[in-house]
Formats: sequence, structure tokens, C-alpha cells
Amino acid sequence: MTVLLENLGKHFGNGPAVLEDVNASIGQGEFVALLGASGCGKSTLLNIIAGLERPSTGALEVPADGAAFMFQDAALYPWLTARGNVELALKLRGVGRATRRARAAELLELVHLDGAGEKRPHELSGGMRQRVALARALGQDRQLLLMDEPFAALDAITRDLLHEELERIWRETGRTIIFVTHNVREAVRLGQRVLLLSSRPGRVVSEWAVPAEAKADAGAAAALASHITTRLREEIRRHGK
Amino acid sequence: MASNLTELDAPAHTPAANAAASPDELRALEAGLDELQSEKTSARRDFSRVLLPLAAVVVLLLAWQLLVSLDLKRRDLVPGPLDVFASLGRLWAEGLVQESVRTSLQRGLAGFAVSVAVGTPLGLLLGQVKTLRRAFGPLISGLQVLPSVAWVPAAIIWFGLTDATAYFVVLMGAIPSIVNGMVAGIDQVPPQYRSVATVLGASRLELALQVILPASLPGYVAGLKQGWAFSWRSLMAAEIIAVGGTMGYGLGSLLDQGRTLSDMGIVMSAVLVILAVGILIELLVFGPVERHLLQRRGLLAGSTR
Repeated sequence: MTVLLENLGKHFGNGPAVLEDVNASIGQGEFVALLGASGCGKSTLLNIIAGLERPSTGALEVPADGAAFMFQDAALYPWLTARGNVELALKLRGVGRATRRARAAELLELVHLDGAGEKRPHELSGGMRQRVALARALGQDRQLLLMDEPFAALDAITRDLLHEELERIWRETGRTIIFVTHNVREAVRLGQRVLLLSSRPGRVVSEWAVPAEAKADAGAAAALASHITTRLREEIRRHGK
Repeated sequence: MASNLTELDAPAHTPAANAAASPDELRALEAGLDELQSEKTSARRDFSRVLLPLAAVVVLLLAWQLLVSLDLKRRDLVPGPLDVFASLGRLWAEGLVQESVRTSLQRGLAGFAVSVAVGTPLGLLLGQVKTLRRAFGPLISGLQVLPSVAWVPAAIIWFGLTDATAYFVVLMGAIPSIVNGMVAGIDQVPPQYRSVATVLGASRLELALQVILPASLPGYVAGLKQGWAFSWRSLMAAEIIAVGGTMGYGLGSLLDQGRTLSDMGIVMSAVLVILAVGILIELLVFGPVERHLLQRRGLLAGSTR
């Protein structure tokens, strides 16, 4: 098991629980989509797995070397070029100058941005920025990659393309990916497994496997998506009282 | 939900795999999209940056000359631009202009350099360490408001009429500005830059040097600019007040000499030279640095710079 969450809980100060009794286990090389409405503590859960925050209760097991993280906003440093941003991840990992350059070029090539290495973030489109951010996250060279709604702010055409891109890179690099989203179709499109989190407090309430056959069959994928949507809406309705 | 079910019943002759492109197709698709979505920026020489200020100066000089030729006041009290240029030419021939500019610039730049060396680490420390910020922040802000000319009497009592007096006043003027600029720059660093650095595994020192320092550079440069303005101003004031002793002959001394001789030609010449030095430093140093900094970050679009 790469990630193991046991009865995990989190509350800030004396406030209500954001997460309560979260249980999940994610295996090596797995692609798991974490689905939930707003306020379900998805981001908090990712932050805890990334080590940016500490859980209030429960236990978790994560890889000793930590995790790579990709944010909703590309969060590239505007004073560095695309290549410089990727290189910074390598530099902070202690990679030497010569290897750094070659490795950054490889990573940019992997996300199909080999021609844009010298461009600055403001010269790149949203999709390109997210690809640079992906290359930077891969540059951290961690087995576990956490993604917090990384494509939410992109237009539909670009998002579609990046789904394929991410899937390809996942197959090529064999990473374990936890992908947070509030988009059911995105979850079904990408995840091998979809975990549904309830809101306030967040807790894993349902889980679906998305077999490869279902992904290849548009009808089966749509059926699963509609089934998950129904369940998600049930969860949301509970708060309407 | 019903519509979804009918879709399920329909023969799935458009499998999702159909949409999945081969890696090469994907690459071509992405290249096309990238081309469509990125904006082109063109860089071209813009002479209006030189010609417009020159034209403005010419217009002002003409207006000045016109006003003086009306002979409303005594010529020796209100000289025209031609009289001042004649006086400036005489001072140049005597070598006084060159000497005073050299002395003042040397003092100003040396004092400014020391201020940068002291103010930068101080600002970084204050911006990053909460306790220090709380303790010294108000004091530094207060010092920035205090006109550094107020330190001249104290400096003369401590250091006498030596260059140390000039330097002390310059430092007291520039350091608070530089520290405050740095702190303001750090305050404006988006919190996400820090989270990214943490995720990337940056230590506290790496965070400060590789992320916070470059991220706060625009605010820092604004602070430097203000620091230079303060040190140049207070230097002039110090040179006017502290004349003689072992103090060299600066622009302030030239101004004071004009006052003593009641020679408006000298006074106006000195004012023009002081102004010219200020404009040149802005045009040659701070202007290009600031523009370059903003342009690299894509912050220049639509600005009047």
C-alpha cells in the first residue's frame, strides 16, 4: 500500500470537523479520483497526505519521501522561464547543475513542451502552464502525485486534451495518482477507482471501480457517471434541510 | 436520468477509445492548441521614450524665456534660460560643475551602496520573522517619515565638518526606505508561492533566497528607487548646511556659494544640474531596471510605462 488512511479526522481550532473517520487505502501505481461537492474537505485531505497539514485524529501511512503536488492554479514562478520552473524543483531536490538541465529538457519533452522552455509563464496559455506545472511535479520524482483540481480552470477542449495527456504520462511513468475533482465525468474518465466524499464532515461514503472496459465504452461510462451523480446529489441533498 | 439510460441502450458505436488519439496525433493537436492560445508579443524600439521628454523640456524652456523677455522683474533676480546657460558655461570652464557633480555623485552612490548592503538583509529578516517585524516595523516606518535633514545637526556635532557627516545623513535617509520597500514587497508575495516552495521541499533559507527574494523584487526595486531619492535629497541638504572643514565641494556647496554671492545664475545652474542628475539616474538606471522586471513578469501590458 502506498497510502493508508485510518479513521482520519481533522478540525481547525474548535470548529466543526472538516474530515471525520476517513478510511482509504491506495495501492502502488493506482489512479484514484477523489470526488465530492464543495466543502467536503477534499483539499484538506490532500494537504494532510502531502504533509502540509497534520490530522487531528487517526493515523496515516504515506511514502517516506513525501508526495509531489499539483495545484488548481499552475502557481509557476513568474520570474523564471518554463524550464527554470522545472529546474527549480530539481534544484531543491539537490540535483546537480548539469543533470538538471538535461532532466528538465526531458520533462518538458514528456509534456510536449520542448519548444517552449525559454518562455515565461505569462507567455503561455492556461493549458501550457498546467503542463509546465505537471512537468515540475514530475520533476520532484516522487512515487505519489497529488492533484488538486488541476484542470478545473481550463476550457473544455484543453481539459479534454490534458485528460489524455495525463493518462499517457501516468502509464509511462507508473506514478500513483490521487486526483481531486468535483466533476463526475472527469473522475470516471481518469480514475481506476472513484471515491465519493460526503460534505461536512468529509468521509468516504461510496467507492466505485472503473474497469478498463467501461472506459472504452462510452455508454457504460455514461451509465456509471449518472449512477455516481445520483449518489452525489443524494449526499448534497442531505444538507438542504 | 432517463436520457442517459436510453443512451446506454443504444448501440455504442462511438466508443471512447475512438476519441483517444495516438501520441503523435496528441502532440500535433497540442501544438495547434498552444499556437492558438498563446499571445504574441513584439518588441520594437520606441523613440517616443526619448523624444517626448526632450520636447517637453524644450517647451518649458521656451515658455521660461518668453516670460523673462516680458521684463516684468529685474534680470539679475529672475534670469532667463540663456543667462543661466551662460553662467553654467562659466562654471563648467572653471571646472566647478565637474568637481561638484563628481563629489556629490560619489558620496551619493557610495552611501547608497552601503544602504543597500545594510537594508536588504534587514528587510528580508523583518519580512520573514514575525517577532522582529512586530518589534521594529513601526520604528522603521517612523524613521522613513522623519526627514533625514533632521539628523544634520547631530551629525555635525558627532563627526564635525567631515565626509562622515554627509554619509551618516545619507544612510539615515536611504536605509529605512529600502527596508520598508523590501518588507512591502514580501507582504505582496502570493501565499501560494510559499506552499509550492514547501511542497518542492525548500528549506527556510532556500525559501527566502530562491522564492521570497525574487518574488518581492518589484517592491524591492521601488524601495531602492525611493531610497536613492531620499539619499540624494538629504545629501544636498547636508551639503548646503555643512560647508567647509574637510568636506569636499559638492553640488550643495555650489548652491550655497551662489546664495552667499547672491548670484542667481549660479543658484539656478546648481538646481538644474541637481535636477539633471536625478533625471539621468532615473532614465539610465531605475527606469530600464523596472521596465525589464515588469516585462519579464508580463505586468507591463496596458501600462503607460
